[in-house]
Order: sequence, then C-alpha cells, then structure tokens
Amino acid sequence: MSIADTYGRYRQTLAGDPLAIGVALVVLWMVLSLVSGLLTGGVQVSSLASLVWDGLLRGLIIGLAGIGLSMTYSILNFANFAHGDYLTSGAFAGMATSYLIAGISENSIGPLLLVGAGGSVFGGALGIGVTTAPLAVLLGALVAGGFAVVLALAIDRIAYRPIRDESGIALLITSIGVAFALRYLIQFVFGAGVRGTTAAGSVPRVNVPMFDGTVRITAHDIALVVVAVGLMLGVHLLLQRTKLGKAMRAMSDNEDLAQITGIPTEQVIRTTWIVGGGLTGVAGYMFVLWKGTLGFNDGWLLLLLVFAAVILGGIGSIYGAIGGGIVIGLTASVSVIWIPSEFGRAAAFLVMIVILLFKPEGIFSGRTTA
Amino acid sequence: MSDADADAGGWFDALFDRDLPLVLAVLAVIYVAYVLAGVAFGYELRGQLNSIANLTFYVGVFGMLALALNLHWGYTGLFNIGIVGFMGIGIYVTALVSKPPVAEGGAAQVGGFGLPLSVGILAGVLVAGLFGLLVALPALRLRADYLAIVTVAFSEIIRFTMMSRTFQSVEVPAALGLRADTVGLGGGGGLILNYTDPLEALLRAFFLWDPYLAFLDVVQQTLIPNNPKPVVDGLLYGVMLLIGVFAFYVLLTRLGRSPFGRVLKAIREDEDVANALGKDTDRFKLTAFVLGAALMGFGGILWYSSRGSITPPSFRPNITFFIWIALIIGGAGSNTGSFLGGAIFAGLLYEGPRYVKNLVEAAFELGDAPRNFGEAMAGFASLDPMPFVLYTLDSVSQLRLVIMGVVLVWLMHNRPEGLLGHRKEIASSVDLSRPSGDETTDTPAATDGGETR
Repeated sequence: MSIADTYGRYRQTLAGDPLAIGVALVVLWMVLSLVSGLLTGGVQVSSLASLVWDGLLRGLIIGLAGIGLSMTYSILNFANFAHGDYLTSGAFAGMATSYLIAGISENSIGPLLLVGAGGSVFGGALGIGVTTAPLAVLLGALVAGGFAVVLALAIDRIAYRPIRDESGIALLITSIGVAFALRYLIQFVFGAGVRGTTAAGSVPRVNVPMFDGTVRITAHDIALVVVAVGLMLGVHLLLQRTKLGKAMRAMSDNEDLAQITGIPTEQVIRTTWIVGGGLTGVAGYMFVLWKGTLGFNDGWLLLLLVFAAVILGGIGSIYGAIGGGIVIGLTASVSVIWIPSEFGRAAAFLVMIVILLFKPEGIFSGRTTA
Repeated sequence: MSDADADAGGWFDALFDRDLPLVLAVLAVIYVAYVLAGVAFGYELRGQLNSIANLTFYVGVFGMLALALNLHWGYTGLFNIGIVGFMGIGIYVTALVSKPPVAEGGAAQVGGFGLPLSVGILAGVLVAGLFGLLVALPALRLRADYLAIVTVAFSEIIRFTMMSRTFQSVEVPAALGLRADTVGLGGGGGLILNYTDPLEALLRAFFLWDPYLAFLDVVQQTLIPNNPKPVVDGLLYGVMLLIGVFAFYVLLTRLGRSPFGRVLKAIREDEDVANALGKDTDRFKLTAFVLGAALMGFGGILWYSSRGSITPPSFRPNITFFIWIALIIGGAGSNTGSFLGGAIFAGLLYEGPRYVKNLVEAAFELGDAPRNFGEAMAGFASLDPMPFVLYTLDSVSQLRLVIMGVVLVWLMHNRPEGLLGHRKEIASSVDLSRPSGDETTDTPAATDGGETR
C-alpha cells in the first residue's frame, strides 16, 4: 500500500509538476522580458500594439473558420482535415465572383473566373477592395459562403454519410483523402501560383497615434472585424433562439439517444454543415481580402491553427472556437517579440500542445454549443 | 451488399493465405508493366535499368516507411501523422554529423562535424528516436485524434526549424577543438550532402569497393558502353533498400510475435483491458513509439542520403499522408500488407501516372499543352476536347494527388482493412490450427457454431 502510494506520488510529480513549473517559469520570463523591453525602449509600444491588432484580426478569421470545424467535430465526432480546403474553395469561388463583377466590362470571362490564373488578370488592376468595388466584395463574400455550403453538403453526401457509423478515426482518414482531392483539384483548375487579389495601394488607411509611433488600420481590417463579429453574433442568436443549439448538444452527447428522443439527426447534421460551411467560406474570402493574396495552399496552411483554436477552446463550443482563435492568432503574431519570427506559428502549436497536456477539454471547457 | 462483401472477403482470405507468392506476383506485375512501358518508350538497356532502379527505390522507401508506420498504427493503434518530421530529423542529423567542415567541403556554405557516415546514420536514427520520446512522453496520454494533431503540428515545427534563419549556420568556436567550423541546418536553401556517397561507404566498409569498380569495368565493356556507374549504382542502391525492407520486415514480424508485440496488439484492441491485466500500457506504447520513430528516421536517411542535397520543402506533411495511403492500401496490422501497400503505392499511384502520361505522349503525336485551365476549356467552345486532354496530361503531377485522395476515400468506404489487414491472429503460443489433411476446409462444419473461421 505504502509502496503503491509512494510510486503513485513519484509518478505524479514526474509527469505533472515539472512541466507545470516549466510552463510557469517560461510565462514569468516572458512577462519580465516584455516589461523590461517596454521600459528600456527595446520594444516599442506602437509595434506591440500593431502586433496585437494583427493577431486579433488573424484570430477572428481563425475563430470564424473554427466555429464550423468545432461544430462538426463535436456532432460527427471526427476531426475534419478537409476543413481548410473548404476555406480555400470558398475563397476561390468568392474571388472569382468579385473579379467577374469588377472586371466584366473590360475583360473576357475566362481569366476572370480563374481568378487571373497565369497572370492574365490582376486583382490590383481591377481595383478589388471594399471601398473601390463594394458590390463586388459583398457578392464575393456571399458566393464564397454559398459555395462552401454546397461543397460541404456535397462532400458530406459523397464521402462522409456512407460511413457515418464508423469510428472517428476512419472518418478522419477519409477527410484526409477528401482534402487531397479538393486541394489538388483547386490547383488543377486555378494553377499553383499565388496571386495578388486586391488593389492594396488604394485601400483607405488611418495611422492611429500610439505613444511612440502609429498603428496602421486599413478599411479591410475594419471590414473583417465587422463581418466576423456580425457572423459570430448571428450564430450566437441562431443557437440561442432556435432549438438547433439544444439538438446539437444532445447529439454530441449521445446520438442514439437524441434520435429516439425525436431529434431529426440527419437534418441537424445538414444544418450544421450549412452553418459551418457558410462561415468557413466567408472566413476564407475575408482572409484573402484582408491579406491580399490567394494560393491553393492557404486553407491547408491555416488548418492547423484552426485546429489549435478549436482544441484550445474546447471541442463543440462556438465561444471556445472564437476565444481560442483569438488566443491562437495573438500567440502567432505577438510571440515574435520573444522569439524569431519564423517560429510564430510554432509558438501557436506549442500553446495548443501545452493546453492538450494540462486541460485536454479546452480552456472554455464543456459542451456549450449554444 | 453485405453478401457481396462477405464473398469478396472470403475470396480475399482464401487468396491471401499464401502471402509470399502474392507479394512476388504483385511485384512481378508492376515490374513487367514498367519494363513493357520502357519497351514502348524505345528505351535502350540503360533507360530500362534506370527506370527499374527508380521504381525499386520508391518500392523500397515506401515499403520501409509503411512497415515502420505499421508498428505505430497497425500494432499499437497510435495515430502518428508526423512521420515526415522523424524522417527529416534523421537525415538532417546525419548530414550535420557527417558533412565535412566547410574548409574541406568545397562549395557547401554550411559544414558538418566530418565524422564517418556510419556514425552519422547511427546519430540520425538515435536522435529521431529521442524526438519520438520527446513527443510521446506527453502526447501518448491523448486520444487518437489529439495525438494526430499533435504529431502533425510537431512535424510542421520541425520543418519551420529547418527553414529558420536562426539555425541556418552557427560558428563552432575553435576553442572546442572540433574539426567543424560552421554547422547549421542551412535555412531555406537546405544542405548539400557532400559526404562520402553512402553506397561507396558501405562497399568500402566490407572491402567490396575495388571488386565493385572492377565489376563496373566489365559492365562497361559488355553491356553499357558509356559511364555505367550511375545506373549500376542506382540498381545496387535499390537492392540495398530491398534488403533494408526485409530487415525491417523480419524485425517487426519477430517483434509482433513476441510477448511485447502481443501486448501492443492488446493495447490496440482495448487499452483498458490490457491495463487491467497488469500491463504498464504507457510504457509499452512509449517503447513502440520510440522504436517506430527511430525506424522512420532510418527510412528518411535511406530516402534522402543519396540525393545530393536536402531542402525543407521536401518535408511537407504530404509525404506523411503518402505513407498512410500506402499502409491503408496494404492493410494496417499486417507487415506483409504494409510492404505490399508500399509497393503498390509506389508503382501505381506515385510513379504510375507519370508513366501513363509518357506512354500516351509516346503513342500519339501531341502538340503543346495549354498553359492554364482557361485555355484548356476554351477548346470545348469549338467542341474540341484536345486542349483539355493535353492540359490534363500535363498536370498529371497534381492530378496524381487527386487520384490518391479519391483512392483513400474509396478504400475507407469499401475496404478499410486494406488488402491484408485485420486478419484474425491466434493469441496462443501453440499452433491451434487443424492438422493438414483435414478435409473440413471445403465444407465448413456447422457443428461448432460455424466459428472456426
């Protein structure tokens, strides 16, 4: 008995505490070095503020894309590795629409629909931007969302529904196949090149003064904030005001039980794909509008950060996804104060791994879909 | 549906009772197909041998890595999608240890410690295993899907590290008294592998280098008149890889049949039960993960060590998924299946599409392909599908990945256990099967509830 106790305590100390102590020490060191940097002028307040602003916007995109991933993860119980490519698909569909509307008067349709594959049309020349071509951007965002919805439903029908009852791992592996097919089909159609999509020079911007410098805020930053916050509020209301949220929670707890209680599970799944897919498509479009470039790999590169956000926030929680997205976005951007800039994303992954170790249910724990 | 499945399963089982002939048959089919393709291309002997060496290389590396993955996923049920990270660690450490210092190394910007290649390979395998331990210690407590995300994040962190300017090159202080002057990971430009050619190092170690050169002379006089060395080198390297695959196979099969392997399979089936039976499952999982990671490191070394240079983009997660597809084709849990899957993946999905493209191009006189999808579709306006066909052929390197994705989805729908996976294994250490000569195999008796098979 006493041996087992000693052994247990020994194991506990070895497994839990040194890591926790290490993490605490690292955090302490970061705070101290930041404070001393700010005091001595090694870190400018304005550059810190710029990084925070950048991280916040990045986090909103990650959060917006994360809502869909989180919902399908909790209801269908699998990590959808194709989610990033839904985002890319939405972005391409939306940008094709924007190109078409902004450039139809002077260009032929083909290159416009291919989002200027091979350098045939340039987004800058078409004047894509919220102020220069508001209609094109609005319709682009709508089409991006709509296309992602259709795509998500079609893929669910073809790839996921036939094996709905299989384990989460089988579905995960299937989603890797879907991701491959989708990503390289996009490359097949739109080409491998990364293209500039916006008239970056003509986007209105203000430089907000900040103690020892300025923080630049552009119209696209504002547009991103408005769209992201608006959609998040919309989802919040949707899940609060309708029975959908409750049905989703019931399903993620126990699908069979939900079904015999009279919840139309397939319909709930479809609604989930519609909401999640739509948000993801719009997130992809706003991401591309905001950063001004578009490539076939964009969504895949963002996917791991989205996963990090979803896990951080707790799978199934849309507020968790939003909060987690902002934490991950801030980590990826602000961490460059302490570490070389190449490791910003690595820092975000590390935060995710640390969370998984200490609080695998996420920081906003529990199933709080609504 | 279920009847058809059962029939197919029975047919498959009956066929795959004889694994070795099956593997040989599949290999023979693939090789004959490649030789025939070579004949169609009008290859001389040199071209044929090159094509065979190339095929053997990929069969070897994919077979080897699928076997290593089988230890993780097939035996222990550890969902590792960070394979490419371990491969990268293996080859980068080997390069770091074995590259000559800049002062002796010619054009290379970054040098190494100049130790023999054997030391470098050993170091690469050990460090890959060490990183396996580093990942596994915290991560093995996680659910399978969390482990997947952690491992793929790990492999991306490794790639960021390879690319980073921070570790690009580091001056080694002369005070340490080492041969090295500047070492590092080379950043985005990668590393030039200017150590002794691995084949030469191996042959020299066994005092076979001079006989080999003499053999090359004979080949030059008889079969390939001009410069036969690269071709014969490639073939010999392929043979070495196949020997390596065999070594992996023997190691993993013996491991699987050992008490250790039985515990791993118990963990795969139900970890709680294995735990309740008094097995320290954490420890078993840890050992299996570290061993698998070290084997993956070794696989990475064998893949890239004869390449001349390595760059970070080679270590994208795509490679990991290739190996997963290979394992799923072959069947997780079966070593024979793993190798078979590696061979089929390499021959059909990885290299095959390119050969099909070349075949079509050799068979028909085709013009230039359109530059983009728009020009390809423009042909349909005048009911001319040729531009689209040409563009499709020209994009075969991307479409190959689409095909892989579709094949993966199809497999998960129709045959998730792969060609050879999920066969019942006898848990007893003595042979429980009926003595041969028993006639019941043709008409299965129902007296025992029909559960003999």
